[in-house]
Amino acid sequence: MPDPRPVQEFQNDGGEQANLVEVTDVKKWFPVQKGFIASLLSRGHVDYVKAVDDVSFTIKRGEVLGLAGESGSGKSTVGRLVLRLLDATEGHVKVDGVDLGTLKREDLRKARSKMQVVFQDPLASLNPRMTVGQAIEHPAQIHLPDTTFEERKQLVFELLEAVGMSPPDFFYDKYPHQVSGGQRQRIVLARALITRPDLIVADEPIASADVSVQALLLELMIKLKEEFDLTYLFITHDLATTKYICDRIAIMYLGKIVEIGLLTEVFNNPRHPYTRSLLAAVPVPDPRHRRTEPLPQGEIPNPINPPSGCRFHPRCPIAVEGVCDVEDPQMARTGASEDHFAACHLRTGAYQHLDRRPT
Amino acid sequence: MTEGSLYGERITLGEPPLKAGEILYSLRDVSVEYGTRAGPVAAVDHVSLDIRKGEILGLVGESGCGKSTLGKAMLRMISRPGRITTGELWFDGVDLVTLSERRMREIRGARLGMVFQDPMTSLNPLSRIVDHLTETIMTHEPSVSEAAARDRAAQLIGRLGLREERIDDYPHQFSGGMRQRIMIALALALQADLVIADEPTTALDVIVEAQFLDLLRELRDEFDLTIVLITHNIGVVAEVADRVAVMYAGRMAELASVNELFLDTKHPYGQGLLRAVPNIELDGTELYQMAGAPPNLLHTPSGCAFHPRCPAVMPICSQHQPEFLQREGDHYTACWLYQDHPVKPGVHDA
Repeated sequence: MPDPRPVQEFQNDGGEQANLVEVTDVKKWFPVQKGFIASLLSRGHVDYVKAVDDVSFTIKRGEVLGLAGESGSGKSTVGRLVLRLLDATEGHVKVDGVDLGTLKREDLRKARSKMQVVFQDPLASLNPRMTVGQAIEHPAQIHLPDTTFEERKQLVFELLEAVGMSPPDFFYDKYPHQVSGGQRQRIVLARALITRPDLIVADEPIASADVSVQALLLELMIKLKEEFDLTYLFITHDLATTKYICDRIAIMYLGKIVEIGLLTEVFNNPRHPYTRSLLAAVPVPDPRHRRTEPLPQGEIPNPINPPSGCRFHPRCPIAVEGVCDVEDPQMARTGASEDHFAACHLRTGAYQHLDRRPT
Repeated sequence: MTEGSLYGERITLGEPPLKAGEILYSLRDVSVEYGTRAGPVAAVDHVSLDIRKGEILGLVGESGCGKSTLGKAMLRMISRPGRITTGELWFDGVDLVTLSERRMREIRGARLGMVFQDPMTSLNPLSRIVDHLTETIMTHEPSVSEAAARDRAAQLIGRLGLREERIDDYPHQFSGGMRQRIMIALALALQADLVIADEPTTALDVIVEAQFLDLLRELRDEFDLTIVLITHNIGVVAEVADRVAVMYAGRMAELASVNELFLDTKHPYGQGLLRAVPNIELDGTELYQMAGAPPNLLHTPSGCAFHPRCPAVMPICSQHQPEFLQREGDHYTACWLYQDHPVKPGVHDA
């Protein structure tokens, strides 16, 4: 059967080194809702939750970038900004060379066929009244209007096979509640693939699955990436799983990326003290393992009123008064590789002579 | 803190106080069934388990394996349409199954504490933390004055790493990790001997989770606690548990000390599960992919429930259920690989 999907012109050549996603100085500030009296008393002063505050990164075509952090770090907001499900307060998001912020409604809708999203809870992502076949076919009805029903059905069958749900005709007429949780996430992946996207933003795609199912979904995502030439933004709180799928990783804390680089470099030679604590806190399934790094005190602070200077300084084991609580550290290149960046005054910035515990 | 000044007289059931390592709670052949329109579901199927004083017992398994139901059964908190159909729950020399609901209520809280995954559903949003604690204390120990209860509450909150003046705050003013500490404080307020913690760290971030696990270990030593830690997170169990029980499809699959269970796993399910867990410390980048998915308990496979997914399956496995037997030392497992059956050789030949 001939491929019914229209051939799309790419802005760049799609080579190995081309950036599919370029995020530049993006901010997303959410105004804090106040009651009527409080807003009168504050005389028009508005507080903001700085969910994402000046974030920049790129994702190369064919790459998997992990975006990890604790709850409230802003990682999911970044995912939504990349898809323009949210409008950025400032800054630019380019996907395949196009600045999404400049697109009109209709153009944005077209561009969306090239970017898809997978969320944590597949049951919430699937309409309970649509069969598996209808759910997977639905994006094609919108984005590939020239196809016939038979062609689309054929596509759905191929995708069901691709995500390991065979025989496809067995699942085609099932409803989401009739299949297991792992299979539901496979359906969501198949649905994401029907428009042949370049980019998939996966926000905690395996977090709700059981251990044995998590491993299967992770392997499936790796297989699909090869088969469909995909690029992933893999958002997760679970650093242990990033190791199995990500090429590069970005660590977020309170709306900022504090470290980014090749996964192996960041894991083997973490430069930011927050990255170190985060890695050390991951539970290791080996009773002989002992934690070597002290845990930071307390919890992630309120993003409405983040700490001054480096946002991690109140919890940081190496923070120096007069520096870390005053100046905002900038991302700086570090380590052996070209692409390893971290934002820490004492480890990568201008105050490395003050570091009493160099690593 | 000294026991005499802070705590009232404790409820005793029968036996003199236990020493560390003695059996505090013994489940004998416990089954729990849920009635559904499609028929009864055996969520817990003839489970026997001894919990020793002073230990942290990890109870692990995938969703639907019955680990939470077993935890609730231990507190006799199974509500309709579920019910305990067989078995005995021996705690401190008394079978809890035989107690009246009123007596059971006295023991719950006073002797058996509980911590659940989502502390916000366990705390009343309209009550201050101090009210939660003093109400608990004064209900169970009517002779304690409000001022004394408040003192005890403040001390506990302080011990759990919160500022004492925060006892006058409401639950929503605390973060998830703090709320979970408050839940522990509620269990400690009456000096429970046994705390059943069902996924207590699942909603927490890794750093807060690690802090909470450190705290659990400290409290175990300080308050002489026994903790049953129910979790799906194998890494958490490796960090804190002394012994680990693995459940599959409502039954015990394996039970051993944490070292033995991780380093010398017997049951093929446990072996697969451990290899499927992402390990940040290992160099490999491939995860073991276990075949199939956990079974539907309405149609539990015959024989050993794991046999359709088992890489070491034998003919007998689909025909007869293996017993949960002591294999060596303290290591128990329910698998035909390690036990004989009269028909086993014959089935093999066939």
